Amino acid sequence: MTPRHKRIGFVIIGLLAISVAAVLVVTAMQSYTSYFYNSTQIVNNEAPVGKLIRIGGMVKENSIRREPGELEMTFIVTDMSNEVTVRYSGIVPDLFKEGGGAVARGELNQAGEFIAEEIMAKHDESYMPPEVAELMQHNQADQQ
Amino acid sequence: MSAELGQFAVILALVLALVQATLPLIGTFNGNTRFMRVAHSTAWGQFIFLSLAIACLAHAMLSNDFSVRYVANTSSIALPEIYKITAIWGGHEGALLLWTFIFSIWCVAVSTFSKSIPLDMTARVLAVMGMVAVGFLLFMLLTSSPFERLAIVPADGNDLNPLLQDPGMIIHPPMLYVGYSGFSVAFAFAIAALLSGRFDAAWARWSRPWTTVAWIFLTLGISLGSWWAYHELGWGGWWFWDPVENASFMPWLAGTALIHSLAVAEKRGSFKSWTILLAISAFSLSLLGTFLVRSGVLTSVHAFANDPARGLFILVFLSLFIGGSLALFAWRAPGINRGSHFELASKETALLLNNLFLAALTAIVLFGTLAPLIYDALNLGKISVGFPWFNLMFVFITPLMFVLMGLGPLIQWKKQTGAELFSRVKWLALGSILLAVACATPLFTPAWSWLTGLGTGLVAWITSTSIKALIEHTSKRKTLGFWQDFSGRSRSFYGMLVAHLGMAMLILGVTYVSIYDMEKDVSIRPGETYSLNDYSFRFDDIRELTGPNYTSYMAEFELYKNNKLIGNLSPEKRVYNIQTMPMTEASVNTGLMRDVYVSLGEPLGDGAWAVRLYYKPMVRWIWLGSIFMALGGLLSVTDRRYRQKARHTSTSNEAVISQAS
Repeated sequence: MTPRHKRIGFVIIGLLAISVAAVLVVTAMQSYTSYFYNSTQIVNNEAPVGKLIRIGGMVKENSIRREPGELEMTFIVTDMSNEVTVRYSGIVPDLFKEGGGAVARGELNQAGEFIAEEIMAKHDESYMPPEVAELMQHNQADQQ
Repeated sequence: MSAELGQFAVILALVLALVQATLPLIGTFNGNTRFMRVAHSTAWGQFIFLSLAIACLAHAMLSNDFSVRYVANTSSIALPEIYKITAIWGGHEGALLLWTFIFSIWCVAVSTFSKSIPLDMTARVLAVMGMVAVGFLLFMLLTSSPFERLAIVPADGNDLNPLLQDPGMIIHPPMLYVGYSGFSVAFAFAIAALLSGRFDAAWARWSRPWTTVAWIFLTLGISLGSWWAYHELGWGGWWFWDPVENASFMPWLAGTALIHSLAVAEKRGSFKSWTILLAISAFSLSLLGTFLVRSGVLTSVHAFANDPARGLFILVFLSLFIGGSLALFAWRAPGINRGSHFELASKETALLLNNLFLAALTAIVLFGTLAPLIYDALNLGKISVGFPWFNLMFVFITPLMFVLMGLGPLIQWKKQTGAELFSRVKWLALGSILLAVACATPLFTPAWSWLTGLGTGLVAWITSTSIKALIEHTSKRKTLGFWQDFSGRSRSFYGMLVAHLGMAMLILGVTYVSIYDMEKDVSIRPGETYSLNDYSFRFDDIRELTGPNYTSYMAEFELYKNNKLIGNLSPEKRVYNIQTMPMTEASVNTGLMRDVYVSLGEPLGDGAWAVRLYYKPMVRWIWLGSIFMALGGLLSVTDRRYRQKARHTSTSNEAVISQAS
């Protein structure tokens, strides 16, 4: 085999590897990532039911409900114009509180409630998930 | 006063960096050796002035000088002294100062350990490093000075982010920075080679130890970060595919590829242009990583305040550096000779494939990290790329790479017949496959999955082939005796084996903890007991504590295994006084084969507390493996050949340059 053939061989193998990888990467991206929705989109039925998604917004004041001694809880996520009820069982992150921003990952059920698997923890008191921050700015601008 | 002195020291360092970036380079064009020698003095000068700047900031921290904005933002009176020191790099501005300081140490190191390298080469390398220093120092002075004063002095500071008040945070950022900035040396050597047009084996030999040292620190820095996240974030994860983690992982992948391709460039003189491209990439990714985090474009657990001026500066800086180096590469690369000839079946090809895999993984991590930005920009929706996607990608690609990793040390340079290789490894391959099948089918316990089989089989394969390589190596050098062989030129070979075994340990840990970990959220009252796997957790008591700058609830748990008391766990929920931020302090009972882990959630009313219990099998192996990898790197670097003078550099006809010194 001449060096020229060998180089062509390498290039072909390389290109093949890259194209296979690229196809895999992009197709997987479609099915293995979760999309973000706000509560208005959910109320307007724009979000799929029974599929892993994320929702986010502000946790409404006085909306966290929990029976004493139980892990199950519900709370309301709002984008200031629409509200979605979220059900969750387990420990919430340290910075989860009423009046603060939150992102939950889980599925929407038929009744339009969000069944959360996980409430996202972000680790700075003043931190807002970017989607939520954008939403808040947007709504403030609308109200003015 | 110390803040002004610090600022002044940084300005002086910038002036010296400007001199270092220009004069020595001019010297190399007109052959002026005095100009070239200037680089040594400026490197020391920068180091001295930046040490002074760090000392000034430390003084401001320790004396609670809240008139300095940075101190007011990241420290407080009640903050324990050790964290006042770590607060120096606990925020953006200080972290940048630490970066430039560590970078100046690298410059000094290059200046000190380059006696055997021709002066013009050292001058070019230090000049390139001077340019990097100029970029960082300008960035600091123009957009993020840690020495800025406040007009109104607050009575107390804003305190250090409670998450950073942890022993792991003391050394994690410096380690990472040593790694990041260390790749600048390989980068500088690559650029110097492009500038001079001399690409020989000596060049690869000079770059290799620097690259390996940077890689060791990056490896340790990343695993320290992982360990910190594991016990400090309190939620049992050891890797989150968080943008900032990815930012450190990309240069690591590129750096690992670089280490391997440098081996070919040094020993065989091949892959030179590819190696140069990798050196440029590893450092560009380090820059991208450092800045991606700072710019605030990507959100992560390491959220920093962002500022448009910074974003713009970063963009210009990155495009100048990356664009400039790539342009230089495009201009000079055609002049690089192709090196010696090798067959398709050879160690060269194996290492080339290794590089392809690592480059593909780097590209995947880069794409996954930037995908949310790309999707948002193209209006394809707001996505988050996390575990499912990254894990899928890695489970697809890495097994092939690990198969190759086992074979690599056994393959010969230049030419290897397949039949001969097969006859050497067939029993090892068969054994590993059988073990994989045994683990994948419910032969031992019903819970075993194909991923367990894959992971265990690969670990068996890498381990057994490494042992085989060791046996073959020692039997070839029987006459030498192990210690003589070890202290001589084979140490880098042993280093490679140790690093590969470290990778095998890491795979083992990742496989088992990912598949068999257990967690359970429970509501529990004092006196009650919960079980997880073989372990029972008895909640004894909970009481209030007061720390130096926080108050805390501390729970007392007794941990039983098969009804035998094996330890006490005391997880805490702290509230820090100034930032009023609650913090979960997990309590971990560690072991070589498993960790048992308790995190305290919130009070649920009625005397009950939310508590999360974890069982993490073999999680320690992840960090143990990283330590072995670093150890392997250390062995390689101390190989005798790097301690020898340059006269042994190369057998090729380009060896003349070494006489220039």
